[in-house]
Amino acid sequence: MDMSQYLEIFIEETREHLQSLNQCLLQMEKNPQDGSMLNEIFRVAHTLKGMSGTMGFNRMSRLTHDMEDVLQALRSNEMKVSPELIDLLFKCLDALESYTTMVVETGSEGTEENAAIISSLAEMIKKKGVVSSNSANKPAAANTTAASPAGSAADLALDQYDINVINKAAALGNNAYQITVKLNKGCVLKSARAFIIFKTLERHSEIIKSEPKVQDIEDEQFDFEFTVAVLSKEDESVFDKDLNSIAEVDEVIIKLIKEKEAVDQPTSGETPDTDDQEAKSAAENADGDSSQVKTDTAAKKTKTGKTVRVDIDRLDVLLNLVSELIIQKTRLEGLEGIEKTQSYTEAVEYLERISTNLHDAVMKVRMVPVETVFNRFPRMIRDISKNLGKEVELKMSGEETELDRTVIDEIGDPLIHLLRNSCDHGIESIEQRKNLGKPEVGLIELKAYQDGNNVVIEVGDDGQGINIDKVKKKAIERGLINKDMAANLTKKDIIDFLFKPSFSTADKVTDLSGRGVGLDVVKTKIEALGGFVEVETELGKGSRFYIRLPLTLAIIQALLVMVGEEKYAIQLSSIHKITNIPATDVKLVQKQEVVMYRNTVIPIVRLDRVLEVPRESDEEPKNLTLVIVKKGERLTGLVVDKILGQQEIVQKSLGKFLSGIKIITSATILGDGNVALILDVNALAN
Amino acid sequence: MADQKISEAKKYLIFNLGNEEYGIDIHKITTIIEKDMNIARVPKLPVFIRGVINLRGEIIPVISLRLKFGMDEDVYNTDTRIVIIKLDEISAGLIVDSVAEVIELDEESTESIANISGELSMDFITGVGKSNGRIITLLNLEKLVSLEDSQGK
Repeated sequence: MDMSQYLEIFIEETREHLQSLNQCLLQMEKNPQDGSMLNEIFRVAHTLKGMSGTMGFNRMSRLTHDMEDVLQALRSNEMKVSPELIDLLFKCLDALESYTTMVVETGSEGTEENAAIISSLAEMIKKKGVVSSNSANKPAAANTTAASPAGSAADLALDQYDINVINKAAALGNNAYQITVKLNKGCVLKSARAFIIFKTLERHSEIIKSEPKVQDIEDEQFDFEFTVAVLSKEDESVFDKDLNSIAEVDEVIIKLIKEKEAVDQPTSGETPDTDDQEAKSAAENADGDSSQVKTDTAAKKTKTGKTVRVDIDRLDVLLNLVSELIIQKTRLEGLEGIEKTQSYTEAVEYLERISTNLHDAVMKVRMVPVETVFNRFPRMIRDISKNLGKEVELKMSGEETELDRTVIDEIGDPLIHLLRNSCDHGIESIEQRKNLGKPEVGLIELKAYQDGNNVVIEVGDDGQGINIDKVKKKAIERGLINKDMAANLTKKDIIDFLFKPSFSTADKVTDLSGRGVGLDVVKTKIEALGGFVEVETELGKGSRFYIRLPLTLAIIQALLVMVGEEKYAIQLSSIHKITNIPATDVKLVQKQEVVMYRNTVIPIVRLDRVLEVPRESDEEPKNLTLVIVKKGERLTGLVVDKILGQQEIVQKSLGKFLSGIKIITSATILGDGNVALILDVNALAN
Repeated sequence: MADQKISEAKKYLIFNLGNEEYGIDIHKITTIIEKDMNIARVPKLPVFIRGVINLRGEIIPVISLRLKFGMDEDVYNTDTRIVIIKLDEISAGLIVDSVAEVIELDEESTESIANISGELSMDFITGVGKSNGRIITLLNLEKLVSLEDSQGK
């Protein structure tokens, strides 16, 4: 059978299982006595074994099998949970993850045997004493017998229509059978297996009823057994033989539905005979059982709602189309030379409302919870803190906060940097913390929440905080400032040095950090995403980094300005104020043009010069229009010729060919079809 | 045999710059448009990159072949066309004086550049095609539209 169509399901499910394995292992490490975690881990390992076995990934299957052996030993109290054991299980997890990655990339699991892990698993068992070779099989077998009392199966509830069909079939010499098929508990891709069974049945018979419904079976909404009613001219034994030859079928129960019984049933409505009652109660029992199991599985699969997987490219196409629509809408609003009657205005307003809703809806589809990024951090923090010999607890909240897919893909690395920093520089060693009277276990908080049109991600720790004096000294040493200047700097200015390339205050370079690459990379990345980073810190109490990110990158509010004869757009969120000043207010400080604005000196940038706009006359206008933009807390004045107004614009990439231009982020198409460039305020302000 | 010969022949779009005829592989052309829209100038670029245009919602950089080849500046008239090409990851428009026709050239009627030398930097040329006494310069688009050019001054 061709398995390729199930490959995607396999990958997706394996990832889910590995993720839950990861969480369980972390839980178990914290609380080794918790038996429920062990059971969950066992369950996951067992499922993975079954799944990879079905797909023919024997190395994965082998590894999970050996994991099971160890877990079984744990379950039967033959050995105790030890830190080494947890480490080993984490290694297994890593190995399984790399198998999965191989499967994703190549479609096969690769040739890595992970012999070292397998042998240490075996050793682990040996060291702790006895473990029977087939221990893994025992519980599975026990489960099977426990869950399905042999030979019995609930009768199908046949309604009047079914009975009529059966009666008619009987008249034509067909027998009606009720067939209950029980699948192996280890069976993965149950629906695929059921499909094969249905196909087999259809060779000799006609299926008239199925419990659960065929649709549910296809959706895997059933436990490990199902019952069908079939009409056939063949003998019982034919089905028995056929079905039992299918892999992973544990048991087949075939019963002849008697014609008489079928005739009896409709009349039994008023005076039910004992047989029927029994059957009913049996059915109820069975129902009760299966529904219980169902709720169990439902609880496990809490997050699988009714979903469709869609290629992100298709969503991009959709978003592009919506963007086009918004451009045309803007164009319609600005159209001149038509009579703007009330009905015209109404229609345009309606169009506006629809296109805004449509845009929101499409954006919502592209939103991904930050959880997808966050969920790898607990493990990372665990490994780092172990490595450093520190005790660190990671508290996460707001994992459900959503961000645009494009943003999600990019924030992983900056967050890793910040978390590592907190672990390494922030949290003190255990002895230091003891001496300071702090709890031995350091706390790192990772929070995400929405704030207006932004999403804020906080990374905070209760460590030693940033030593401002030390940073100042380093800055002077590095020649970034002189002593006199240093005295006048605010705390904020000094912290800004940390974001300068290759600036590090760490006394020694460790494995993780201290080389001075890091914060500047974080900052560059976040700013490239249209966000910014802020820091709050208190010596001895800890530091907190705030990353502020836009919800989406595609559509922004912008101010359109004229420079010479050219139109440019400036992102509205970075504009502080627009003001007019007399040209004579411009002063020169160290060859840099500046103006006084509310008692602070701000540098000004003449856009026509920076943008090399062709000019016909060199005449200096008497008044300058300044668009004051903010970058973090710093203000810069951009000199423009004319303000055109505010507009919702769609950002369009300039493409790879022009990706090297620093002062332009992207372009937009205006209502008249012309292109306006969007200025990169951050680059201009530098 | 006949079939094989056809498969060896390649189709080229022939266009004019001044008095010279140039050809580009027709498979790399997306579309040809009239030069009737504004080209938005983009700062900090070599002079031959004229800017960007909006082609059905997509932003496309536009290159003047005349300036790239060191000729006089373009004079836009009703014959002026922008040939939109698409290479692997890059789309670009090429401004040309006029577009002539599409011709087929088989291997026999093309000559590799080893046999010729001219004013153009050899990098941009794959060879020369001959058709009914006309000499057509065949351009190497991958070299012509290279990322190095666009990384700003």
